[in-house]
Amino acid sequence: MAHYPTRLKTRKTYSWVGRPLLDRKLHYQTYREMCVKTEGCSTEIHIQIGQFVLIEGDDDENPYVAKLLELFEDDSDPPPKKRARVQWFVRFCEVPACKRHLLGRKPGAQEIFWYDYPACDSNINAETIIGLVRVIPLAPKDVVPTNLKNEKTLFVKLSWNEKKFRPLSSELFAELNKPQESAAKCQKPVRAKSKSAESPSWTPAEHVAKRIESRHSASKSRQTPTHPLTPRARKRLELGNLGNPQMSQQTSCASLDSPGRIKRKVAFSEITSPSKRSQPDKLQTLSPALKAPEKTRETGLSYTEDDKKASPEHRIILRTRIAASKTIDIREERTLTPISGGQRSSVVPSVILKPENIKKRDAKEAKAQNEATSTPHRIRRKSSVLTMNRIRQQLRFLGNSKSDQEEKEILPAAEISDSSSDEEEASTPPLPRRAPRTVSRNLRSSLKSSLHTLTKVPKKSLKPRTPRCAAPQIRSRSLAAQEPASVLEEARLRLHVSAVPESLPCREQEFQDIYNFVESKLLDHTGGCMYISGVPGTGKTATVHEVIRCLQQAAQANDVPPFQYIEVNGMKLTEPHQVYVQILQKLTGQKATANHAAELLAKQFCTRGSPQETTVLLVDELDLLWTHKQDIMYNLFDWPTHKEARLVVLAIANTMDLPERIMMNRVSSRLGLTRMCFQPYTYSQLQQILRSRLKHLKAFEDDAIQLVARKVAALSGDARRCLDICRRATEICEFSQQKPDSPGLVTIAHSMEAVDEMFSSSYITAIKNSSVLEQSFLRAILAEFRRSGLEEATFQQIYSQHVALCRMEGLPYPTMSETMAVCSHLGSCRLLLVEPSRNDLLLRVRLNVSQDDVLYALKDE
Amino acid sequence: MSSRKSKSNSLIHTECLSQVQRILRERFCRQSPHSNLFGVQVQYKHLSELLKRTALHGESNSVLIIGPRGSGKTMLINHALKELMEIEEVSENVLQVHLNGLLQINDKIALKEITRQLNLENVVGDKVFGSFAENLSFLLEALKKGDRTSSCPVIFILDEFDLFAHHKNQTLLYNLFDISQSAQTPIAVIGLTCRLDILELLEKRVKSRFSHRQIHLMNSFGFPQYVKIFKEQLSLPAEFPDKVFAEKWNENVQYLSEDRSVQEVLQKHFNISKNLRSLHMLLMLALNRVTASHPFMTAVDLMEASQLCSMDSKANIVHGLSVLEICLIIAMKHLNDIYEEEPFNFQMVYNEFQKFVQRKAHSVYNFEKPVVMKAFEHLQQLELIKPMERTSGNSQREYQLMKLLLDNTQIMNALQKYPNCPTDVRQWATSSLSWL
Repeated sequence: MAHYPTRLKTRKTYSWVGRPLLDRKLHYQTYREMCVKTEGCSTEIHIQIGQFVLIEGDDDENPYVAKLLELFEDDSDPPPKKRARVQWFVRFCEVPACKRHLLGRKPGAQEIFWYDYPACDSNINAETIIGLVRVIPLAPKDVVPTNLKNEKTLFVKLSWNEKKFRPLSSELFAELNKPQESAAKCQKPVRAKSKSAESPSWTPAEHVAKRIESRHSASKSRQTPTHPLTPRARKRLELGNLGNPQMSQQTSCASLDSPGRIKRKVAFSEITSPSKRSQPDKLQTLSPALKAPEKTRETGLSYTEDDKKASPEHRIILRTRIAASKTIDIREERTLTPISGGQRSSVVPSVILKPENIKKRDAKEAKAQNEATSTPHRIRRKSSVLTMNRIRQQLRFLGNSKSDQEEKEILPAAEISDSSSDEEEASTPPLPRRAPRTVSRNLRSSLKSSLHTLTKVPKKSLKPRTPRCAAPQIRSRSLAAQEPASVLEEARLRLHVSAVPESLPCREQEFQDIYNFVESKLLDHTGGCMYISGVPGTGKTATVHEVIRCLQQAAQANDVPPFQYIEVNGMKLTEPHQVYVQILQKLTGQKATANHAAELLAKQFCTRGSPQETTVLLVDELDLLWTHKQDIMYNLFDWPTHKEARLVVLAIANTMDLPERIMMNRVSSRLGLTRMCFQPYTYSQLQQILRSRLKHLKAFEDDAIQLVARKVAALSGDARRCLDICRRATEICEFSQQKPDSPGLVTIAHSMEAVDEMFSSSYITAIKNSSVLEQSFLRAILAEFRRSGLEEATFQQIYSQHVALCRMEGLPYPTMSETMAVCSHLGSCRLLLVEPSRNDLLLRVRLNVSQDDVLYALKDE
Repeated sequence: MSSRKSKSNSLIHTECLSQVQRILRERFCRQSPHSNLFGVQVQYKHLSELLKRTALHGESNSVLIIGPRGSGKTMLINHALKELMEIEEVSENVLQVHLNGLLQINDKIALKEITRQLNLENVVGDKVFGSFAENLSFLLEALKKGDRTSSCPVIFILDEFDLFAHHKNQTLLYNLFDISQSAQTPIAVIGLTCRLDILELLEKRVKSRFSHRQIHLMNSFGFPQYVKIFKEQLSLPAEFPDKVFAEKWNENVQYLSEDRSVQEVLQKHFNISKNLRSLHMLLMLALNRVTASHPFMTAVDLMEASQLCSMDSKANIVHGLSVLEICLIIAMKHLNDIYEEEPFNFQMVYNEFQKFVQRKAHSVYNFEKPVVMKAFEHLQQLELIKPMERTSGNSQREYQLMKLLLDNTQIMNALQKYPNCPTDVRQWATSSLSWL
């Protein structure tokens, strides 16, 4: 793997390109493009929204990869900061070691994963961006090119959500492809121009060779924690730009015709990568986690002591992925000087940072920000989104051509500096690589303000990503679970309620309504409540989850402002007030008692604080949160009414009239009238759900599905029931099959049997299978009921009837004890309802079955 | 010489017999998973397939095993688990959690027990720390972390499942079923219960999450099978050390099962209850009568054991009462006849008794009132009479309303067998007007 020179001894200046797009609602100015200038060599990189960037982290050989979504200036605090919002990708080495096996194959050396983890903070300091990188999305069928020699290209095929690897969804795939294509379009004319400006002998292959050379040297370099972009980086960027249009052309046409796709890509990679990658290198990357602790100790020249002293808070800071601060910059410089003592000072392009430098840079930044003119405030309504997008595209195009022009002009300088730095790096001994990042990304949001003040470098390795130290986990199995072997097994897997479908059929309307509600609240930066009701198994929670998932994607694509999503479930609480504790913990990670948590939350939501992102709170099983004073419901629905809270509450319960039935007026008034009711599924909807799950799988006869759907629709309309019955039907089908390998089809008989098994009452069979004395006792009860005309009798009365019956049927005389045993036996099965037996003779007995059923069961002998 | 031979024979017998008794008692008292299953092959297959799918494929499931007491629910699940654990890939990959509704009487205790049995991180030694809320969120998080393919499947066995349904909000059941229906750690929830109306006990949300699989065990065998079970339960295993004795014993058992009187006993037992525990009880009593001098079970043993089993417990108590107490019971019986099951008090009973003593009887001593009161209270202690619930307050003891817990037929039957009963008392019992 290449060393990505991140912190060289030059410093970089970051400035915005283009006019800011001020958004009043968002309280910050957004930009389309950023320009990074490196001190000393007057090169510039232009980074645009939608491009893939490298971001410096604690592992310098594997800097973080992300897609730039938004550039903006955060001026909430006096020194305005350049911030960026990104969509992260993870490298395989960043995946926790214990989860790596989930991939189930060897990862490609340049494979990265779309990081689908909404809790991860995507808001970063723009000044940590190192440079550009190419990311090529692969369709699920594609093979990740393994022995590709072009290392500046990364491939994304799967997404990783901290739980499992999933193939990229088709929208995502298209989305990843799109920006490159558009960039290619923009750059096409420019490329032609730049090519003509270059010396004719420069073929792409040569470019690559040059770049690889630089990369080789870079791998030996000692990274220094300064932001500036080095000449090398500049060079790489330039090459990347040259390669880009060609590459994206390749991919775009490749995606049109799939059969030849892989071949072509491989061919291309061969052209661009003449040098072979060394095998040991790869091994090293695969096992950095193991070596990490010792290595950090080795590297930690001066800051190990600091680290030891660090308080827990500091440790949290340590784990965040941030640019090293200026103070550490200086110190690291100092520690490095002895190592790089053999360097030729004349070629060292780096400038050792001194306090004056920092000041100067700050001033420069401030100036740059002042220059940013404010555009008229826009209200970001849906209607205006389109126009805005058009404007953005225009701006991007303009910025692009301009930056390319600049690049062309400064090319020679870059070349010179490149070679010099190569030599310098060759002289430095190779240093052990740093520990891979094991950062908790969730924490970064709370640390915006501390970005520039912190004084530690992340060194702690192998920290769990969750903020909790003791991550509870069920032991993982030593042997992998078997995969479905037959069609029926596959069907069973898909029919399991837990199998998450790609889309929720038959709930499109409800989905749209909820989506619109939450989206409008997000766009308006207001709060609100919505009450969702419906009988169990109608897809309430699933629909809300789907909405949130879509909104999170939209937030990543920058269509809606980012938001925080919290979910609580009334049934998963031991006590209603625990809901405060859970919300607080999910919101801020704090732990507190219920009362304290309530205070903190009230403070957070009701006081005028710093602008925060909107919180979407899903309260499942709302009725469980009922208390006598109803203070919890009151609070939950009161917070959104505060202007500063920016809280959207989605409350789910079963009963439609819950607000009227159990809530006080002041609570139900705050809940408002935004209500939605999920109707039970009709039979055709259930049928559609089953069909969509069994798509392309011939396991069921159509009639069998229809029968199940009709039966369930008639009874409850519960989708879970429907799926469970079908699952059982596949089992019955499998049992009835004699030959295990014959492709059996679930017929109507099988589903009928499953339906009967699940819905039929067992009382009658129970009576039929009970002993003679039990049956005659039941007869005695019927006789006694008929005699007295009541539906209840004491044991004594029934006993006398029972004795008479036994005498008639020639059974031996039943003693009182025996009869009592019979009675309590029937009572324990709940065929009878009996009083506690301490009442003895006087205990009252009732039938729990209808008299007709008993008669039917007894007669049938 | 012959006497010595017989002596040594009897010695061998005592040894063998103690072994026989040990083996058989173990069989009767303990539900060992070694015993054979009968008549539940279909259910067994269903359950074991389900467990296998959870263990091998990581498919979550929930199932209820429903059947009356003594129908072999626990035996079925034990068998299935034993078979499951014999599969090599499974034995290390499956965690088991056993809960019992009678032990884990609320969710708090149940959660601690689950955490302890799963040996999660907050278990120190044998204790689980943290509050109820913490434990719940801890456990839920632990289970949420896993997924189908990589986590160890957990099998939850909830004995006396109906009692869990009475826990507050059914939190535990909701969460278990919710996990079984969502893509988390694969779990199998197996509930054992004897209540046929169990589904009505579940709250609607809990019910919706339950997969509605029910395995019914109904004791659906007939009398011939019952006799077969009897034989099977009583026969000695092939690996019994003394082969000769075992052969003889088994022959005897075969002979017994064909004996008419034995079959009558068994038929009677079968009529009362198909519960195998009651059969075990009968056999246990019969087994206790086997001694060195009487090494093989006979039909008489079984008949006497059966009599012991079907004894009326209250009649037995009546046999041990004093004459005065018997007289009081008879007085109460008459009161019941006169006032048609209305409750009575001590004073009424005393008056009735006085009438009998003064008019006719000379055999019964005219006891003083406190003595009679004492006898009355003794009857109450034996729970042959029971105070009415409402009037337990501050009324005087003499006037507290009571009810008799003996049936007329019971009293008459008991008097028949009562030793040394005075004739006039017996006469008085048959008719309250006998002194006229």
